[in-house]
Amino acid sequence: MTMNDDDIILRMKGLRIEGRSEEKWHEIVHGVDLTLRRGEVLGLIGESGAGKSTIGLAAMGYARDGCRISGGEIWFDRVDLAKASTAEKRRLRGSRIAYVAQSAAAAFNPAHRLIDQYCEAPVLHGVLNRREAETAAKDLYGRLHLPDPETIGFRYPHQVSGGQLQRMMTAMAMSCRPDLIIFDEPTTALDVTTQIEVMAAIKDIVEQFNTAAIYVTHDLAVVAQMADRIMVMRYGNLVEEGETRSMIESPKQEYTSRLLSVRELSKAEAKRPEGETPILSVKRVDAAYGKAQVLYDVSFDVPKKRTVAVVGESGSGKSTTARVITGLLPPLSGHVEYNGEPLPADFKSRPKDHLRRMQMIYQMPDTALNPKHKIRDVIGRPLSFYLGLQGRKKEERIRELLSLIELEPDDYIDRMATELSGGQKQRICIARALAAEPEVILCDEVTSALDQLVGEGILKLLIKLQDELDLSYMFITHDLATVKAIADEVVVMQKGRVVEAGPKTEMFTPPHHSYTDLLLSSVPEMDPDWLDRLLAERGEQLRDRGI
Amino acid sequence: MSAILTMIGQRLALGLLTLWVVTMIIFLAVELLPGDFAQALLGQSATDETVNAIRQNLGLDKPAVERYFIWLGDVLQGDFGRSLASERQISELVGPRVYNTLFLAAYAACIAVPIALTLGILAALYRNSAYDRGVNVGALAAISSPEFFAAYILVYFFAVQNAWFPSIARLNETTTFTDRLYMLFLPAVTLTLVTMAHMMRMTRAAIINLMASPYIEMARLKGIPRGRIIVRHALPNALSPIINVVAINLAYLIVGVVVVEVVFAYPGLGQLFVDSVVKRDMPVVQASALVFAVTYILMNLSADILSILSNPRLLHPR
Amino acid sequence: MSKATQNTWKLLRTAPPTAWFGLIMVSIYIVVALLAPIFAPYGETEVVDVAGLSIGDNPSFLLGTDHIGRDVLSRIIYGARNTVGLAFITTVLTFAIGAVMGLLAAVLGGWFDQILSRIVDVLMSIPPLIFALLILTIIGTSVINMILVIAILDSTRVFRLARAVGMNIVVMDYVEVARLRGEGLWWIIRHEVLPNISAPLAAEFGLRFCFVFLFVASLSFLGLGLQPPTADWGSMVREMATLITFGLPTPLFPAAAVALLTVSVNFVVDWFLHKTSGLKS
Repeated sequence: MTMNDDDIILRMKGLRIEGRSEEKWHEIVHGVDLTLRRGEVLGLIGESGAGKSTIGLAAMGYARDGCRISGGEIWFDRVDLAKASTAEKRRLRGSRIAYVAQSAAAAFNPAHRLIDQYCEAPVLHGVLNRREAETAAKDLYGRLHLPDPETIGFRYPHQVSGGQLQRMMTAMAMSCRPDLIIFDEPTTALDVTTQIEVMAAIKDIVEQFNTAAIYVTHDLAVVAQMADRIMVMRYGNLVEEGETRSMIESPKQEYTSRLLSVRELSKAEAKRPEGETPILSVKRVDAAYGKAQVLYDVSFDVPKKRTVAVVGESGSGKSTTARVITGLLPPLSGHVEYNGEPLPADFKSRPKDHLRRMQMIYQMPDTALNPKHKIRDVIGRPLSFYLGLQGRKKEERIRELLSLIELEPDDYIDRMATELSGGQKQRICIARALAAEPEVILCDEVTSALDQLVGEGILKLLIKLQDELDLSYMFITHDLATVKAIADEVVVMQKGRVVEAGPKTEMFTPPHHSYTDLLLSSVPEMDPDWLDRLLAERGEQLRDRGI
Repeated sequence: MSAILTMIGQRLALGLLTLWVVTMIIFLAVELLPGDFAQALLGQSATDETVNAIRQNLGLDKPAVERYFIWLGDVLQGDFGRSLASERQISELVGPRVYNTLFLAAYAACIAVPIALTLGILAALYRNSAYDRGVNVGALAAISSPEFFAAYILVYFFAVQNAWFPSIARLNETTTFTDRLYMLFLPAVTLTLVTMAHMMRMTRAAIINLMASPYIEMARLKGIPRGRIIVRHALPNALSPIINVVAINLAYLIVGVVVVEVVFAYPGLGQLFVDSVVKRDMPVVQASALVFAVTYILMNLSADILSILSNPRLLHPR
Repeated sequence: MSKATQNTWKLLRTAPPTAWFGLIMVSIYIVVALLAPIFAPYGETEVVDVAGLSIGDNPSFLLGTDHIGRDVLSRIIYGARNTVGLAFITTVLTFAIGAVMGLLAAVLGGWFDQILSRIVDVLMSIPPLIFALLILTIIGTSVINMILVIAILDSTRVFRLARAVGMNIVVMDYVEVARLRGEGLWWIIRHEVLPNISAPLAAEFGLRFCFVFLFVASLSFLGLGLQPPTADWGSMVREMATLITFGLPTPLFPAAAVALLTVSVNFVVDWFLHKTSGLKS
């Protein structure tokens, strides 16, 4: 191994990693090469199963339980981590290579104060003594714009918010001033407005200390802001590698261009017909879980054959609204009208035919399909339950529905739900909803658990079905790209209230309500300069808010 | 701090409520007895007059609710009435026996708890090793043995074939503390065998569960040595489940003592209970059942409270 | 070979020796219990050795004779029928009560769940052996009473488990789908919940059997279970207990019979639990 270039901090050659399933080892990373220079940020991007997190961890010589590094070399500072002893790896981990996990809430030990966890690595590796480490921690907390940097470290992990914790974890990774930090999807679990703060903090601190980083994510727009160079991964292989700017501008591989164009899907807005009774109308609904009120005076309409997107961050009450509409959560006051007729508040008092007309599709296709049922039974049950179809007729209709959702009937009808991929499962959920021949479908974050390309396929299918079957959709989402893709009208919710509502084009053109504005401007764009520009625009304003 | 105080307050209130319900059950159970004390006391041949006289004497002619509260009041003052069989004050009868039973249980616990925790933690750390499998098979075998099997095996080999220990634990006033320990060695080992296996398996499961958490992975990725990870990162979080395991098994120990006391003819509460059941000496059965139930409930209650107190999320609320 | 048999064979081939041992022993116990009169050299209560206690030296009594001269081996073989049979029936009853109530509590929730759960809390707060003895003293120690008392007391544990695993399924979106479709209670339990919890329930059945079996044996040992002259392992140990002080291991045999079956069932359950939890991850 010749290290002719002193500038190179990490070099992987022909890295192979195997994972264990069903008592056998399967290769999941098939010989990947990777080079990283000092101070450089490398984006590792790909969909689930691409092996990107596994490669990120391998850069620390670490493989999770049930995985093993089976071949190749991982050179870090003249040490091959693939063959290094435990003691040698322990010496490097935390001091020279550090890790930032996806969920800070789970990765901090609940039993210890944050600053104790910060100081652990530098003291143990002999970099700083305890007092120096504490001073350094407070300094870093300040640089990461955490509130009360002098005292925040003395709190316990569960006493600090998610976005703050993620910054505390970045601070902890920085504690020994490592040469390399692995960021493993650090903003994926956060709301868009929080994501910006964390991204800005990470970018800032990595530049200040000239630390090299591997930034693992599934979101190309996020990585475009953070990385100097990007590696696109798929199924454990490298698809394309290049400088961020040139890759975004002119991708060489078809797969990369598909990833790039994923947010560009946009349906032409259809206007609401004048004077027609909306199919669904939420009228001044207040609702609560026990004593905690979560909805305040929520009103909006879903017009016939249109899509209304309900947008908001977690805790905005958008899913609760869906529960009120379906009758799972009877409201405190207000009611829901269907075709101008008030619906009974509790679904148990609604006639079967009413239940049939309104169907629901869920966020997690994994939990929405019974793992012990065959596809035939999943789709067949509403057919026999609502429409009384039996025997040949039922079988034909199941096949018809499978074709409608673009799955080959012969291949899928006898499979178990567990044998399908996430996207296929979501399609089965759609078929199950369609089997009831509904008029309205409530879609609760139906694409957010899926990979972006798969999610896009689902959105296209839903648009096609709406045209063919004259369906009305109420579409709950936190993702404004999804809104752009599918909505005719938009309802923005915040803290249980509707803050703005109207046709899509109006919502996407200023002036906005200040919260809508914050939401809209926080969605990362594919432009590598977007974050810098936005931060400059928000400028002092963000600093002043002290978040 | 107030959140944790309310939680503990709630547990205590719930525990008291359970205790109260249990006293009612134990009182009512005896009420359901065909015939009554008076009849039982005098036998079938008694005339109606004498039965009635006794009834009045014992207050059995009063309504059940009133009698319940009188009984409860007496019990709270430590007065359980008199035994039908020996006519002695039950509190005198029960007192020393409770001490003997607690002594045996504590003895067994002192052996079982440290061994079980050590074996469990080691099994978790060397998961799937030959040691782990061996311990697991041993534990399953121990759990599966009825107490009397373990007891007689020990007696057969260590008291009969080799007369190292006495096969019977009869105490008298002159028995010294060390004599006691010696005499009770076999019963204590029997109890240890039976409870240790449970404790060890549960400890192992708790630690394995914990070692899979992301913060343990984080600690490894910070380059922290294995020993320190266990002591500093795993143990503080394992405390709550382990305390629970220990308390549940101690509760079991006090109750599981019944069979062992019978085997070794040890004058504890369990033997008194079984004897009284055979003799249908209801007041004594009632009193012993109550003492057992109260101990059991208190053990479980303290398990609850201790595991609240060792949960960092509850100790340091937002 | 059908696919099911193939899978079973594949599963068995990967089973550890302990599981094999367990399966073989359980099968032997079942065969012996069913065909007791064929295997037993003498009758259940037949006094065959009036002269004295035989052990080892007399080939006609393999395990010797008991304190009144009955053949211990024959009594152990008949005891398989009585003790195991009784424990099995009790377990089935325990399970029927506990699982049905637990699942109903999980699916119905609300006050039904509240009331049942509180009752179970109270029942479980009294140590089972003490409670059982107390009740049996009052209502008398007949076989039927014993089965009922143990079944009701022990069903609380099945209730807790069935409710807990049921709850995990009830919160799934597919159950909500079925509810919103307007499906009835039994349909939801039968089609959505039961298929997903059959593995933990099966394992629990094994564990419950062990518990009930040991419980019955303990009761009999204390003289409050099956009554003489019925051959029963627990009471055999009690009746012959004094023999041990004469250096005879005879009382250990019925006790070992109890331990061996429990160990076997535990081995099988342990492997099964390992297998099903391993498949999930």
